[in-house]
Amino acid sequence: MSAAAKNPAQPLIVGAGPAGIRAAATLVAAGLRPIVVDEAPACGGQIYRQPLVPDGRDARARYGSEAPKAKRLHGEFAALQDKLDYLPNSLVWNLADGIADVAMNGAHKRLVHDGLILATGAMDRILPVPGWTLPGVFSLGGSQIALKAQGCVIGSRVVFVGTGPLLYLVAWQYLKAGVKVVAVLDAAPFSARVAMVKALPGFPAIVLRGARFVAEMMMKGVAFHYGINKLRFEGTHRVEGVSFEVRGKPRHLSCDGAGFGLGLKSEAQLADLAGCRFAFNERDRVFLPETDEARRSSVPGVYLAGDGSGIAGADAAELSGERAALSLLDDRGLAVDRARVGLLERELRKIFAFRTVLEQSFPFPAHWIADLPGNTTVCRCEEIDVSTIRDAADHFGIVEMNRLKAVSRVGMGRCQGRVCGAAAAELLAAATGQPISAVGRLRGQAPVKPLPMSFAELALPAIGEAAE
Amino acid sequence: MPLLYRVARQNEVPIRFMLNGRPCEGRRGDTLLSAILTVEEQLRPSDFTQEPRAGFCQMSACQDCWVTLQNGDRVRACSTPLADGMHVMTGAGETA
Repeated sequence: MSAAAKNPAQPLIVGAGPAGIRAAATLVAAGLRPIVVDEAPACGGQIYRQPLVPDGRDARARYGSEAPKAKRLHGEFAALQDKLDYLPNSLVWNLADGIADVAMNGAHKRLVHDGLILATGAMDRILPVPGWTLPGVFSLGGSQIALKAQGCVIGSRVVFVGTGPLLYLVAWQYLKAGVKVVAVLDAAPFSARVAMVKALPGFPAIVLRGARFVAEMMMKGVAFHYGINKLRFEGTHRVEGVSFEVRGKPRHLSCDGAGFGLGLKSEAQLADLAGCRFAFNERDRVFLPETDEARRSSVPGVYLAGDGSGIAGADAAELSGERAALSLLDDRGLAVDRARVGLLERELRKIFAFRTVLEQSFPFPAHWIADLPGNTTVCRCEEIDVSTIRDAADHFGIVEMNRLKAVSRVGMGRCQGRVCGAAAAELLAAATGQPISAVGRLRGQAPVKPLPMSFAELALPAIGEAAE
Repeated sequence: MPLLYRVARQNEVPIRFMLNGRPCEGRRGDTLLSAILTVEEQLRPSDFTQEPRAGFCQMSACQDCWVTLQNGDRVRACSTPLADGMHVMTGAGETA
């Protein structure tokens, strides 16, 4: 008789950010004992990421206006420790029916679970531009993590470029940290920002905070340019400047660090391995795992929470984490507070509507694709450039992403297309005259991230153990 | 010239490590990425064209910050805590 049959298997939560923490708290409150697997050494996800050691800064200095939420979630998760099994520094690298393969501290563990909540979060959305691989060019998220989790800044004269709320937040945080912020360069035209008016009644604090960031930065001499085109990071061994066009006029600014990002993109590889059905999302120009309002995926027993199944931010992540956990409880035949379910779904609908306004205010500059020089690196890992992708489409008549990968190696490297996949899809769509929805998406593959070879030696006994 | 500058933990306990055979000093609480890039301006040459790279996402996603330890282990610098006595090889300067 298997161990699983003697003791009913535990639910598994992947990710200990706001969605995972809220899901865990909800399951614990209902008397279950979840397993929480997270890659980081401490809970909080990227948004509420904690430093490796206390560094003398308080939550307010680290998380700004979101400090109370960060403190509440960190505290709440700490208080759950004897009521769940928490595996930090651990990567779920493969999923199959009811089973998760986990790499933890160089060892392997195969977990049997009953119910899976994926709260895998997001990373920066990127379009490659010339020079984006230069040392000193970091993603906006990376620039922020350096500051909040490591107390390091990416330069002494920094340019922030891209679009989205994070662009303005990170630039402002760097200014507050005493860094010379040379400029904020927004890919979106200023006219797009008018859409924010629609968000003012529902989310006045967020809209006004953004306006305050801009006003404060302008007073400190930060330059703002909107609707920039032909962006290029310049330098030989490291970034030394940035060139761009505004209203057809070429501009150049020197800097020794640059933060770059165009909104966020869901980390959906594990949903793919779990067998979840994906659908094209017009707003975000990307395929996302399907979920209903109850956060059920297309696979029974697999639930999707937080930014990993569509970008909606940390507040929505908490709500959808709780909602996903309530669905898991419901599907186990446990009692669920229907009024609470209604409230969570109403709040989520409000935030999703707000996200649509944000997307209109900070539109993704898909038109940059046409201007990209052929020698621009698209895939950082395999060093595949723009012309290689255009030529592959042309010479081999490729119209689909996985064929493009097979022929050109784009997305075949260590990151598995996590960074370049969206851009490669834009390039293939443009090269073949298809809508982006028609080129498909790169299939997820295990392991979702590279594993050390030493790990393979330990894997065999662990598999035997699970087969008992 | 370093790539990163500290705005916190300047007075934290120093942690000594070797970078390409050269003695260097980080701070307690550093990731390997922070420790290296506060003294150097790159982490590795790229695999095919040997262009300098220094990581990108700092959140374990982009896989652009892999460095080699003396025992042959390859680790992601952004998610590896600095430990006393580490010997790190970045491959920088070894290739033309």
